[in-house]
Amino acid sequence: MTTPARVPTSPDAVAIRSENLCRHYRMGETVIRAVDGVSLKVRSGEFVALLGSSGSGKSSMLNLIAGLDRPTSGTVIVQDRDLARLSREELAKYRLRVVGMVFQSFNLIPSMTLAENVELPLRFAEVERSQRENLVREALDRVGLRARKDHRPSELSGGEQQRAALARALINRPQLLLADEPTGNLDSHTGIEIMDLVREFNRQLGMTVVMVTHERALAERYAQRMIFLADGKLVDEQPNTAVLERTHS
Amino acid sequence: MKLPDLTELALRNLRESVLRNSLTTIGISVGVASLVAMLSLGVGLQQMASRRLVKSGLFDTIIVTSRREMRGMSREQERNGPTPGESRVLDEAARQEIEHLYNVEEAYPDIRFQTELRYEDKPHLTMISALPSSAKSNDTFDGMQGSFFSSDTAAEVLLQKSFAEELLGKTPPLGSPDPDIAELARPLLGKELIMLYSQRVTSPEPPLRPSDGDAAGASYSVISREQKLRIVGISDLDVDAMRGPMGAKVFLPLKLAESLHVMQQVDLREIFRAASDQPVYSSIRVRVKNPAQIQAVEDAIKKLGFTTFSIVDASRGLRQFFGVLYAFLGIFGSLALIVASIGIVNTLVMAILERRREIGIMKAIGASDRDVKGLFFTEAGAMGILGGVVGVMLGWAIGQAINIGTNFYLKSQSLPPEHFWSVPWWLVIGAILFSVGVSLISGRYPAARAAKLDPVQALRYE
Repeated sequence: MTTPARVPTSPDAVAIRSENLCRHYRMGETVIRAVDGVSLKVRSGEFVALLGSSGSGKSSMLNLIAGLDRPTSGTVIVQDRDLARLSREELAKYRLRVVGMVFQSFNLIPSMTLAENVELPLRFAEVERSQRENLVREALDRVGLRARKDHRPSELSGGEQQRAALARALINRPQLLLADEPTGNLDSHTGIEIMDLVREFNRQLGMTVVMVTHERALAERYAQRMIFLADGKLVDEQPNTAVLERTHS
Repeated sequence: MKLPDLTELALRNLRESVLRNSLTTIGISVGVASLVAMLSLGVGLQQMASRRLVKSGLFDTIIVTSRREMRGMSREQERNGPTPGESRVLDEAARQEIEHLYNVEEAYPDIRFQTELRYEDKPHLTMISALPSSAKSNDTFDGMQGSFFSSDTAAEVLLQKSFAEELLGKTPPLGSPDPDIAELARPLLGKELIMLYSQRVTSPEPPLRPSDGDAAGASYSVISREQKLRIVGISDLDVDAMRGPMGAKVFLPLKLAESLHVMQQVDLREIFRAASDQPVYSSIRVRVKNPAQIQAVEDAIKKLGFTTFSIVDASRGLRQFFGVLYAFLGIFGSLALIVASIGIVNTLVMAILERRREIGIMKAIGASDRDVKGLFFTEAGAMGILGGVVGVMLGWAIGQAINIGTNFYLKSQSLPPEHFWSVPWWLVIGAILFSVGVSLISGRYPAARAAKLDPVQALRYE
């Protein structure tokens, strides 16, 4: 198996910067402030956890960073791109080339085999068919699913599906991995397996990871920094010294 | 996304909802089949009409008349032709001039006169027409009993069936079946008829009114003559058919008719004008070498100062008729396809609802609006191609079935088989393209709707 090149990072380089970022929704007469004036910085190669209870705005924040949603006001700059200023087409390219996403519910396309699911971003990126086969094989090898490549998602366990989703997220070698409750639908043992893989990608490939979770223990085990959100606002930020020490040791 | 990938994904998606997509595609197929069936019926009918007309020899014939003849073919002909002052006399010199025109096969006078024929001492008044030997080669005398003239000068005669019935006193009462032509031929073939006619003889005396007209030096005498003629054939030719015989029931060889110098109606009109010894014809029939050249030959004859008429003039009206028929058949045929297109919209809108989450996933992992739109568009196009191909085959099969069924019926009625169904290649390609076009237009709205889906909303959809 060939290992993808490590993403070049410098310790001080900022991967994500948001300033006074807001995402408000109007529901009838009520304005819901899902994200309300969040300013934060994530360094390149950093593993950050966004923590908060349900409705705290962490998933909305992740969607804004992923370019799936646009801010109501404020800015979010990722890898020097001001996402609010990108066109729909540019945002799609950004999601394709810069970001890899994994979700709580895996979000594999049920009618496709694992290999086809993993191959899909390569089709959008117009990668030649001959190269695609190799890249898919490597990605599935990396998550240990080569033998299951012709199975459909419904034939796999939750852990296998999430590993396949990880392979798909990494297939275009993104600089940023965004994980929305990646262990939410998994048992604790499988959840740890998945998180170990995420940490491996973070360490080996130098990939910036932003993980949304409501499990503090999970964040403490893997994240270098924990950012706490409540009612759409950033309420606290804590470096995770244990993880940082392990990382630098 | 590249087109091969789009196609592959579109086909995979179509296979996923195979029942619904198949039903939609069958809807398109039925629409295309109805369009193809309607239009191929129109094309087939037009081809059948053209075939009939070409076989009749009408498409290679031009009728030339002098403007001095007041029997213009139509008001339009009278308007477009030369004025009587410019017009020339349609005499033998003119016939020869016309015969030497490029692409002219032959030009022969339209000799036609009414006279008395005696058979077994009984008089029968009838219209007689002269036929050139070339008449033998077209289908005018198909199904004739006996034979064509042995030569162009033979004292022989062909009879139309109704005249044969008259000679034998077997004219059937109205509504009763016609006697068999073979039964009529048996007692008549080889028998003799006596034709009584008025011969025009140029006399050396000065004309009755030498001051009248522009030519002098000859006048006519009219002498009563008799000519024995042997019956060689009986034909069931329609007496009102346009080629040659129009209204005539008895036919003579052309050269024989010319040599008899039978007094015709035109001679009476010309008698006070150009009293030369050259025969003057009421009309001349011109056969061209190639039907495609008929217009050019007609134009050349018009330049010589004559009025012309050909079936090309009539076929213009025919083409116009078939143009209107095509339009109507096309509109009716398209209705089913338009109904089918609503099916496409429905299928794709349903697919968007079902695949909402899938669209959200694709957008989240990098699909652009164009990719999503392209995918739905390709699915619509694929249904259009498949529906078009199957529809053309279905339309062709319907046509064949109707052709076979109708010919079976014609055979049971002892009528010759007819091929009145035709699916030309332009209709095959046109129908498929039309089907794809309609499908793509139908796919535009669902595709645009799918492309505009908000990925966050779509991912929340369960």
